[in-house]
Amino acid sequence: MPDRTTLNAVRKPLPHDSAIRHVTGSAPYIDDLPEPQGTLHIALGLAPIARGRLVALDLDAIRAKPGVVAVLTAADIPGKNDVSPALGDEPMFADDEISFHAQPVFAVVATTRRIARKAARRARIEAVPELPAVDIADALETGETVLPDYAFLRGTPDPALKGAPHRLAGEIEIGGQEHFYLEGQIALAIPGEGGDIFVHSSTQHPSEVQHIVARVLGLADHAVTVECRRMGGGFGGKESQASHWAAIAALAAQVTGKPCKLRLDRDDDFALTGKRHDFRSRYTVGFDDRGVIAAYDIEHLARCGYSADLSLGVVDRTMFHSDNAYFLPHARIASRRLKTNTVSNTAFRGFGGPQGVLAMECVIDAIAHTLGRDPLDVRKDNLYRTGRDITPYGMQVFDCETLSPIIDALERSSRYRARREEIAAFNAASPILKRGIALTPVKFGISFTLKHLNQAGALVHVYSDGSVMLNHGGTEMGQGLNTKVAQIVADEFGVPIERVKITATSTAKVPNTAPTAASSGSDLNGMAAKIAARTIRDRMAAEAARRLGMPVEAVHFAHGRVLAGEASMTFAELAKACYLDRIALSSTGYYATPGITWDRQQQTGRPFFYFAYGAACSEVVIDTMTGEMKLETVDILHDCGHSLNPAIDIGQIEGGFVQGLGWLTTEELVFDGEGRLRTHAPSTYKIPVASDIPAHFRVTLWDEPNHEDAIYRSKAVGEPPVMLAISVFSAIADAIHAVRPGRPVTLRAPATPEAILDALDRQRSPAA
Amino acid sequence: MRRSIRFIFCGQAREISSFDPSTTLLEWLREEMHATGTKEGCNEGDCGACTVVLARAEGDRIRHEPVNACILLLGQVDGAEVLTIEDLAANGELHPIQAAMVRHHASQCGFCTPGIVMSLFAAYHEAERPVTREAITACLAGNLCRCTGYRPILDAAGEALAGTVDDPFSRQGAERLAALRALPDNRDILVGNEERFFAAPASLDTLCELTAAHPEATVIAGATDAGLWITKKLVAMPKVVALNHVAALTEIVDGEAALFLGAGVTHARALPFLARLDPDLETLMLRFGSAQVRASGTIGGNIANGSPIGDLAPALIALGASVHLRLRDLVRDLALEDFFIDYGRQDREPGEIVTGLTIPRLTPGRHFRAFKISKRFDEDISSLLGAFMITLEGSIISQARIAFGGMAGTPKRARETEAALIGAAIDTPHDWMPAVQALDRDFQPISDMRASAAYRARVARALLGKALTEIAGTRSRTRIVARGSEAENA
Repeated sequence: MPDRTTLNAVRKPLPHDSAIRHVTGSAPYIDDLPEPQGTLHIALGLAPIARGRLVALDLDAIRAKPGVVAVLTAADIPGKNDVSPALGDEPMFADDEISFHAQPVFAVVATTRRIARKAARRARIEAVPELPAVDIADALETGETVLPDYAFLRGTPDPALKGAPHRLAGEIEIGGQEHFYLEGQIALAIPGEGGDIFVHSSTQHPSEVQHIVARVLGLADHAVTVECRRMGGGFGGKESQASHWAAIAALAAQVTGKPCKLRLDRDDDFALTGKRHDFRSRYTVGFDDRGVIAAYDIEHLARCGYSADLSLGVVDRTMFHSDNAYFLPHARIASRRLKTNTVSNTAFRGFGGPQGVLAMECVIDAIAHTLGRDPLDVRKDNLYRTGRDITPYGMQVFDCETLSPIIDALERSSRYRARREEIAAFNAASPILKRGIALTPVKFGISFTLKHLNQAGALVHVYSDGSVMLNHGGTEMGQGLNTKVAQIVADEFGVPIERVKITATSTAKVPNTAPTAASSGSDLNGMAAKIAARTIRDRMAAEAARRLGMPVEAVHFAHGRVLAGEASMTFAELAKACYLDRIALSSTGYYATPGITWDRQQQTGRPFFYFAYGAACSEVVIDTMTGEMKLETVDILHDCGHSLNPAIDIGQIEGGFVQGLGWLTTEELVFDGEGRLRTHAPSTYKIPVASDIPAHFRVTLWDEPNHEDAIYRSKAVGEPPVMLAISVFSAIADAIHAVRPGRPVTLRAPATPEAILDALDRQRSPAA
Repeated sequence: MRRSIRFIFCGQAREISSFDPSTTLLEWLREEMHATGTKEGCNEGDCGACTVVLARAEGDRIRHEPVNACILLLGQVDGAEVLTIEDLAANGELHPIQAAMVRHHASQCGFCTPGIVMSLFAAYHEAERPVTREAITACLAGNLCRCTGYRPILDAAGEALAGTVDDPFSRQGAERLAALRALPDNRDILVGNEERFFAAPASLDTLCELTAAHPEATVIAGATDAGLWITKKLVAMPKVVALNHVAALTEIVDGEAALFLGAGVTHARALPFLARLDPDLETLMLRFGSAQVRASGTIGGNIANGSPIGDLAPALIALGASVHLRLRDLVRDLALEDFFIDYGRQDREPGEIVTGLTIPRLTPGRHFRAFKISKRFDEDISSLLGAFMITLEGSIISQARIAFGGMAGTPKRARETEAALIGAAIDTPHDWMPAVQALDRDFQPISDMRASAAYRARVARALLGKALTEIAGTRSRTRIVARGSEAENA
């Protein structure tokens, strides 16, 4: 049957479904829910050292405190002491071995949160400290990894490097990043009948929380229900990181028989949850006189923390994005997943991709600076194009001609060439302040590289009054997923979007779901919901055809009505008619992304359904005396395919860009030699504020359909924009380059004033 | 003596005569009133998710100020109307700020949104029209949003703040003002008992009696620091003495020779007066904390707690400020630099109160410059801050007062550097070199999470050079953000 869906909601810039509730404070987050009677509160006891053996734990002083109901340790766990997503290497409570500073050792359950927090600090924890491996240098010394080394090899990089007219080698230091979701980690566990547990969890992955809670409590999955209506931000930080708190709350509920809530204080949230991986990446690149890359050899050293967590996929994605948008005829892309005695690093928007892209863009800048060419020209000359379109992992970039027109259009609209001249003139006359500009592209692969995660389910009900209830496996963290999926379902039934009720994600409604991650939320869940709605619509269409005396092909749904030729009825009338005629008005929908064939062992296949593209042009000014920097203008042209909701997509692009801006400029994680995180609150860890955003901050959508049959030919947009901020980093390098042209810039990320001043010193130093 | 606090909440006068002295406003709102629209983001006054507005009568108008409810004590709202996100939409009709936020897609996850709306609501009532983009970013510096990238929030704010003030609160202005005026009664407040109390004396005499009788009591002004002792260090604070109601401490004397600021004057109130002393002080004050912190925090509190990185102290030391102290009836004055003895130690007896500061005005021939270096421009603690007052006779430096923050355990003068500058010609950079080198003798900074020792030492020298370059006059631009409200000095 031809698709006779009329698009009245899809492609419209509809507001976020909770927008009015957000601005009135009436959108409840978990801590806002009325607490069930007798709710107890949990605080955690934390390891005082980063590495060592736990010798003795004296909790009697805590147990004696009025208001303390229970103190839980590893010994209280009926199931497995393991909250890891896969490998069994993350204890819920440290038992014998302490692996990082502030690792949870025990939990205090008390009548109030303040009593619990105060009591938790009264423990006597006796431990024998060992020398911790804190940073990448330490880990290189111990040689310990959380997972085996892994590399892609394409062609013959060694002879190609030797034969190249020019060679450059260098090392790039890339900092980590704290998610700083505004709503911290939280779980509320409520005991049910027969030992069942219901958990409200602020999580991107309810199914995994369910499985881990069941594992820890020794229950079957069906005894645990996990629900999440909304998160106050996730960004990857609640993909694997929410389970721990849910499991502790569930254990407390199981032990006490009372509802138990665990909400981390912000400082604990910083110390206890993983961050974006920091990297040291070492490269050698060979290129010709125009800067066209002949061979690229890079080794990514990733600091993973004490356990594997999601580091397999994260660092793989760094490798997958080490080419960014450029053809590498010969390449070795190697990676090491280093073990340190720090909190286990985890998913963060971009999932390792940004580090690979940043390294590549730094290399392109270094090539351009060495050759005295405009970096944009070197970028353009290296782009994938027909005939030069195979990635280092063997996948063809089938739509490789998409990026070139995006870059050209942005180059024109941002007046890149004219501004480069203006900047040169300014710099020539300005000894203290220097300006810099850069236009950088991004190509980002869409799909989970772990193939089985590329599936989704949805559950749609039409009630006999014609109102629709929508549920799917994706979670809402602010990205507008629920709004987009509701738009899709509303159009499927031809009803106004207000008729579609968005409900909390629940493991009881859609089982075995993937995390809402990898930018895939709308692609997967939108399609699953569409399929569910279509199943119901087809049944309803048959009923309408029968009632209206028309062939089913003539029936279509729009504006709250069901029409066939001249005849029509309201959607509500049809729903009622279906009910009376005993037509099922409920359906699940299931979708699995087609065509994905990645084989990690063989390093071949197609890991991605498609690529999303974009480009950004940023201009900065730096103070060469102090290293201070200001971002002055940003122009972005980004590819969302045919946008499902341009307002939401622009929001994702702007928000992603600014998050990337923070990662690369002001957000610095500082650990001391003992492995303690010194920047554990917003007073010391600085994410961008309103004044960090330039007045000229223009985002335009590249509104061309996706080549692949993704939902309504749209493209995923959650993560790719983070990497647009690399234009800022490159613009800073450009400004530094101005103090002594012809020498590649060595700038570490984040480019704090101190990092910029250090880079300026190296640039100015007489020794080459 | 009044044994209760009185304020307006949900449009009703409230009187509370029993509460734990260390209860924060946020705890009271969320846990006792179950008003959960106001969020806890960081519990230390740095993210703004808990922003509410305190309205107070000020002469014949109502002043609306944003505050961080997480570190404000409940007792401190005495005399105010507490406005929260739940108050804004009247009869289901969105406030103009809220409507603009929805129109511009300015919320994503929504968790920071109530705080942002409240900050903008305060600006809606207070901001000078027409409102500039800088004024908007300044009023939002204390509100972190991790989702939107701020652009739609700024657009929404620009639109909502474009017109004149006309909302249900302004329309009921007269009634609200009358209700607010009925609250203060100039009585000393003490809620609790001898062992456990929240006190807010009305006069300096009662205050000094109380602090002398209870030297272990926690004296708070804005509580922007003491609030964290409660929320983060979890200290018990059985006796709290708040300075907010002592009229003598909130005095401002804008004299011809000097500016006097009572210790209880908030940064927000002091700002326009300090701005008139020098444009760099205005910039410094606008970068000091956030609108919320400036509305609560006080000049005296910032000095009295002796933070080594306090942004105000070095600037005021360079300007030659003196500090006034009182213990019972004993009054004394000190040069501000002498007040700071060592890290965490000030020249202040138990029970002694900082009552105010006197800041001399710049006289002809005196030039002032202050530079704050931080990772983030707004709402960040400086890695270092350099303040310079240079007196010129012709082109010769006849006097120099230089102070740094972040370079030692206290805000500290650079005495060797100052001495080395005397007699140098301002237009001969070669003459400055001995002074630049002397900085290394004046300071041995440390490395911490904000910056390394090497960077601090290095940039301290650069700032001295920059100050002298600017005072000497130069055609090229010397800073990324122009000095105060002056145009670029090109």
